[in-house]
Amino acid sequence: MNKKRKLGRGVAMVGAGMSKFDMFTDRDSKDLFAEAFLQMGDSVDKGLDPNDIDALYIGNFTNDFFAHQSHWGAILSDSLGLIPKPATRVEGACASSALAFREGVFAIASGFYDVVLVGGVEDMSKGNTETVAEGLALAASPYERKAGFTFPGIFAAIATAYFEKYGASREDLMNITIKSHDNAPLNPKAQYQVTIREMMGAKIKRAKEKGGAVPDWSDEKDFLRDPIANPTIAWPLHLFDCCPISDGAACILLVGEEIAKHFTDEPLYVAGIGQASGRGLNAADDLTYFEATRSAAKEAYQMSGLTPADIQFAEVHDCFSIVELLHMEDLGFFEPGESYKAVADGLTRLDGPKPINTSGGLKCKGHPVGATGAAQLIEVWEQLRNKAGNRGVPIEGLRIGAAHNLGGTGGTCTFTILERR
Amino acid sequence: MVDRPISDYQFERFLEKEKLMGARCTACGTLFVPPRAICTQCHGSAMEWVETKGEGKLAAFTCIAIGPPAMIEEGYNRNNPYCTGAVELAEGPRVVARIEGVDTLRPETIKIGMPLKVAFLRRGTGEDLRIVLGFTPVDDCCG
Ligand SMILES: [Zn+2]
Repeated sequence: MNKKRKLGRGVAMVGAGMSKFDMFTDRDSKDLFAEAFLQMGDSVDKGLDPNDIDALYIGNFTNDFFAHQSHWGAILSDSLGLIPKPATRVEGACASSALAFREGVFAIASGFYDVVLVGGVEDMSKGNTETVAEGLALAASPYERKAGFTFPGIFAAIATAYFEKYGASREDLMNITIKSHDNAPLNPKAQYQVTIREMMGAKIKRAKEKGGAVPDWSDEKDFLRDPIANPTIAWPLHLFDCCPISDGAACILLVGEEIAKHFTDEPLYVAGIGQASGRGLNAADDLTYFEATRSAAKEAYQMSGLTPADIQFAEVHDCFSIVELLHMEDLGFFEPGESYKAVADGLTRLDGPKPINTSGGLKCKGHPVGATGAAQLIEVWEQLRNKAGNRGVPIEGLRIGAAHNLGGTGGTCTFTILERR
Repeated sequence: MVDRPISDYQFERFLEKEKLMGARCTACGTLFVPPRAICTQCHGSAMEWVETKGEGKLAAFTCIAIGPPAMIEEGYNRNNPYCTGAVELAEGPRVVARIEGVDTLRPETIKIGMPLKVAFLRRGTGEDLRIVLGFTPVDDCCG
């Protein structure tokens, strides 16, 4: 069980592109994936001939439900002009495109393919909120659904267990939200382009213009405590603890390590890659951590020979604020019960020693579920190649970053470590 | 009764008879509620039905303001949230269930660890009648 795994052949990431994440009324999955694909092509420093792509692995959660269109592998491949290249759709709920990335890595590591396109897409915003919630809940266990759990509800219940065990509170979750909103405006692809302070300012200005009662929030937490501004979704989680509904696509080019320099002088290498499965609320080992994240992290650390301290920054799945807290502990960045204190101390801010979710995270960058895992890896790519602009991690000699992706309510988790050599 | 196959379908038929049943692995003794056909501990598949006492304590919960369509139909909304949670049974397993008889507008009054007793909630009428697994605080229960 504790076998140290390694790839049969090294794999490099040599290109990456993603669409803007947002709610689009006039663009569907095909449009968004084409945008990501074209940007990916442009990102390959020495150029990419699409004919050289051997195969595609595309993550998509439930276009069948959201857009009543299935078979999204071949159809998307056709829209990119890549017929007859084999295209495979990969599904692992919100971790779908991290799994697609992993399948692409294995396809190259096996020696079967040399150049593989991986990515993901989701078009979620065309239905109403209830429909989207119903779609997401398809990834929960049947027992959870029968008990009336919603997606936010499951993570809210986990929050109550964590609060009880470690003494954290809603105030600690607010620190996560504030941080994500501080990072997002520095990311042009992010769905939300405003800090909490800017949002407060805009609301106050509007109230003054209308001549109504002007809110007198003393600070960001005061705003987040306001039940009008930040209503309950599933107690103790409120609106600002939850990621938005998003559309978007992300696309990555993987190649065999020995040909990477044909594409760029600055490839990133897959240092560690782990995936594991976990159980729902009724059967999980414990409600204050994600067993699948722990297993996936262990696999990736063992493969890479790296430790949590070696990970200089990371994208950590934060579909809900509480989830970022638990995962940072599961990934070994902080001891169990300590991550909320680390966040309060600013350790995970952009200028802290362990920046987390520099992209704005799922909370603010957006969470088109099938695209998220690949988009997280694209943030690592941009950071490690010094393309992150004003949100660049200010750590000297940035070399190692990682992305953690969770599917469902913890049923599928991945941890992928990328390295610049 | 004990001859019934080990399945979620039969688990629900037991709920209709107001019995919270689990499956016990005859090889290693591990109890599963809801039932499992294959033991996660020893991978054995010789299971037997066992009735639980229907007692437990609250392990985690939430009060949901924005519910799925089925819950909205039951009359729940932002002004009338419902509580659902995870309950650790006296026998050990954890089940997810609706939590009734608590003040969902004052969730801070709901305490993890509070003792609970099973409640078989009747929802719908006629052909749509179904039994939903629920729990209520022991103190509030008729006993
Ligand atoms: Zn057994």
